[in-house]
Amino acid sequence: MSFINYSAREINCKIVYYGPGLCGKTTNLQWIYKRTNPKLKGKMISLATETERTLFFDFLPLALGTIRGFQTRFHLYTVPGQVFYDASRKLILKGCDGVVFVADSQSERMEANVESLENLRVNLGEQGIDLATTPCVIQYNKRDLPNSASLEDMRTLLNPGGLPEFEACAADGNGVFETLKAVAREVLHDLKQMSH
Amino acid sequence: MRNQQLLLYEEDHRQVQVVIQQLLRDADALAIFVVDMNGQLVAETGELQDLDTTSIASLCAGCVAATAGLARLVGENDFPVHFHQGLRASLHITRVSPQMILAVVFDDRSSLGLVRLRVRKAAARLGLVVEEMHKRAERPRAFGTSPFADITDEDIDNLFSN
Repeated sequence: MSFINYSAREINCKIVYYGPGLCGKTTNLQWIYKRTNPKLKGKMISLATETERTLFFDFLPLALGTIRGFQTRFHLYTVPGQVFYDASRKLILKGCDGVVFVADSQSERMEANVESLENLRVNLGEQGIDLATTPCVIQYNKRDLPNSASLEDMRTLLNPGGLPEFEACAADGNGVFETLKAVAREVLHDLKQMSH
Repeated sequence: MRNQQLLLYEEDHRQVQVVIQQLLRDADALAIFVVDMNGQLVAETGELQDLDTTSIASLCAGCVAATAGLARLVGENDFPVHFHQGLRASLHITRVSPQMILAVVFDDRSSLGLVRLRVRKAAARLGLVVEEMHKRAERPRAFGTSPFADITDEDIDNLFSN
C-alpha cells in the first residue's frame, strides 16, 4: 500500500524481494546500499541469525528523487527464504506495492525456485492479490556459476507470462540496479493506472 | 483486490500532531511515533535528533505484526498493547486501529503507569482521526488530484538519471 503524504509532499512505496533460501535477496540489498549516494539512503537493517541467514527481514529505505514535487521513497524489504519461515514472509508481503522475484540460476535449485514462486502466489492470494496483476520483475541471479541452468529453461519454468526479467550476479552488482529500476518503474506505472 | 492507498492530507497531519504533542506533554515522553502497519512513518514528535525515525517505523510495524502472529498462535486475535523495558529508555506500543500504531518512547522522567493512562485517551482520539483518514482515502478525488495522475514516462525515467 503506497503512502502519499501531502503534508510532507512524499510518496512512499514498498518493494519486497522474494525467492528461495540463499538465492541472493540480501545480497541485492547490500549492493544497493553499498553503491547508493549516502544522501539518498537510510540505514540498512538486517534481522538475521548468527550465521547471517535472514531471520525476519532486511530493510533499506531509498529516496530516488522527486516526481511532480513529491519526494519519492522506496522501502526495500527482503523475506527469509527458508521454507519454514512462511509466517514471516506473509507478514512482510502485506502492503507491498511491487515484488522482485530472485531466482537462483543453479540447476539444482530449480525446484526451490518453482516452490518459492508458488509460495509467493499463494501468500499474495491470501491477501486477495493476484500475482498476475501485481508489479513484479524476475531476476535470474548467479548467472556466473558454471552449474547455471539455461535462460530458456528458467524462463519456461518461472516466467511464462513474460514479466520483465534480468540476468544478474548480485555479488558483483551485475543486474542489481537494472532490476531495481525496473520494479520501481512498474510500481509507479501501476500507481498511475490506479489514480485514473 | 489490490491494497488501498494511504493518503495523509494537511488537515489529517495537523490533527494527528495535536493529539501526539498533547500526549508528549501529558505522558512526559521523549518521542512519539504514529506508524502504519506497513511500516510507513505517518507522524512524529519529541526529541528526534539522534533517532533513525524511518527504521523505528519499520521495526515497530514488524514487531506489531510478529506479536499479532504470536497472539493468534495462543488463541488471541491480537496483543494490542506491548511494552519493551530498557535500562534508560522504554517503548510502549499500542495499536489504535487495524492499520495504525502509536509508539511512545519514554525514560525515568515518566512511568509505565502514566504512559498507559495517557495513551489510552490519546489512542481513542487518534483512532477517530485515522478513521476519517481512511474514509477520505476511499474518495480521494474529492480532496485533490493524485500526484500520479499526470505522471509521465519521462518523470519516471528522470528519477533514475542520477
